[in-house]
Amino acid sequence: MTVIETRDESLPRAEHPAAEAWRIFRSRPAALFGLLLLGIIVLISLLGPYIYAVDPFEIVWAPLTPPFETETAILGTDNLGRDMLAGLIVGGRATLLVGITAALITIIIGILVGALAGYYLGWVDDVFMRITEFFQVLPPLLFAMVLVTLFTPSLPVVAISIGVVSWPATARLARAEFMRIRGLEYVSAGRSIGARDGRLIWRVILPNALAPLIVSATLTIGVAILFEAGLSFLGLSDPNTMSWGLMIGSGRQYILDAWWVVTLPGAMIFLTVLGVSLIGDGLNDAFNPKLRER
Amino acid sequence: MLIWTVLRRLIYSIILVVAVLVLNFLLIHLAPGDPADVIAGEMGGATEEVMASIRKAYGLDQPLYVQLWVYLKNAAGGDLGQSFFYNAPVLDLILSRVGATLLLVFTALGFAIVAGTALGVIASRKPTGIVSNLVTVLSVIGYSAPIFWTGIMLIIVFASLIPLFPISNMYDVTKDVGPVGYVFDVAHHLVLPAFTLGIVYLAQYSRLTRASMLEVLGSDYIRTARAKGVSERKVYGRHALRNAVLPIITIAGLQFGGIVSGAVLVETVFNWPGLGTLAFDSILARDYPTILGILFFSAVIVIIANLITDLLYRVADPRIRMAK
Repeated sequence: MTVIETRDESLPRAEHPAAEAWRIFRSRPAALFGLLLLGIIVLISLLGPYIYAVDPFEIVWAPLTPPFETETAILGTDNLGRDMLAGLIVGGRATLLVGITAALITIIIGILVGALAGYYLGWVDDVFMRITEFFQVLPPLLFAMVLVTLFTPSLPVVAISIGVVSWPATARLARAEFMRIRGLEYVSAGRSIGARDGRLIWRVILPNALAPLIVSATLTIGVAILFEAGLSFLGLSDPNTMSWGLMIGSGRQYILDAWWVVTLPGAMIFLTVLGVSLIGDGLNDAFNPKLRER
Repeated sequence: MLIWTVLRRLIYSIILVVAVLVLNFLLIHLAPGDPADVIAGEMGGATEEVMASIRKAYGLDQPLYVQLWVYLKNAAGGDLGQSFFYNAPVLDLILSRVGATLLLVFTALGFAIVAGTALGVIASRKPTGIVSNLVTVLSVIGYSAPIFWTGIMLIIVFASLIPLFPISNMYDVTKDVGPVGYVFDVAHHLVLPAFTLGIVYLAQYSRLTRASMLEVLGSDYIRTARAKGVSERKVYGRHALRNAVLPIITIAGLQFGGIVSGAVLVETVFNWPGLGTLAFDSILARDYPTILGILFFSAVIVIIANLITDLLYRVADPRIRMAK
């Protein structure tokens, strides 16, 4: 039997959606800049401690030495005389880890609640949306502050607390997407050939709802990092793990005498979140053909 | 019927308030350790007598549902517990601070909405112009910078480089300036904190205004208005802006919890004597009744803000008023 080639090679080949998204993402200088920025920060956090092997908790020089005064601590020292540069290099690990974990928790709870509410509608939707609204009236930072204070500040507690207070926005987004897609023809087609709810929710609708959720997940990482920073600034971070947040928290009393103790770790957080936000914006453009002209 | 809608929203709001109280109650019991310890705070100041009186007052020897009932009954009567750190009723502490927080929040919000809308409108006139790009850049920066960090940067600048605005507290206790002078003094102290808190939302609102203006400006009725010779100023001011402002009001209402959260950080940075600094001090002191009281009270503020936004929206937009 011969295979008949039905495709006319003179016609342009349809682009795979992922390839198309990448092509658009690549054409955005801001998005590429964000990717570069985040890439550098992640690299520094991962490899930096091996190249610049100074213990960030070790006291190396006189307290509150300004940057560029001694070669021992080129970026100065904090209020205890610890090397700022060592803290900045290693501190990204905990901050990024908490940010990503918290974002994962946010996304998982959000998608779970949003998917069930948006797929089943009716009383399931009512119950889940009332719970979501309840969580939305609690000021997120205050709620997280209460949770972290009640259950000792450690990295897992901080990550879980941030996740617990920030999922409602994701849930609403997921719900809207599921409500939209469940009425489309291919879902009805799936149902008519006997696909069960579980299959329709996770294998049929979820993959098609993924684009806006990926954008939201990216931005959520940024929000979670800002959250962690805020909690740390209030003194609610793990005192045993060096993080940018911990540096900010312990330096906050000295800002008028030593500008660098909070400015530098704050700038690292700012650059990280900036990178994440730019990537998120780029992904949004890449996944949203309608918005492209703007 | 509008009256039924209002009534229904009101009842729903009350249920939410009760739910927040139940959450507070559960948090006290979920926390590791003896609830009496949690209520008394871990200051070590609580003697056996105090502990015994707490156990009695909260009915901690009773079954859980009885305790919950006692807790709700106390709260309904305005008793949010006693702060053992400040040695004062939690409600009194909160009421003495809430005004400063609301002043900060509303000033920041007003600034963000007015300036954000203006910037967004200017940007929408030339979608690829300098202002437009500036709005995009500013909004990404405003979104990415930790709010307390922005505040600290401003403090560093205004403490030594440009000593134009005070960087701490709400008023100058060393000066006796009279009531009018007091108002100006507070306003002077308000500039930096309100700017810090507002700039995050300014960034978002300018971007949102730009997007919705562009959408509205591309719609048919604007083309009609232009076709029949309505002046550009009226097209922008009367027709487009009115429609573009609605989403901002909705967002501002929805974000109220986030704004209160931001206020906590800004207050701590600028030593503004509101609920945020109270929360910060109570956390340092492990003064749980006060922290939980603040969480409850700020949730109530958010619930009221949502209720007002919702009702305003219904009054403002006839389409929503008619539906159901």
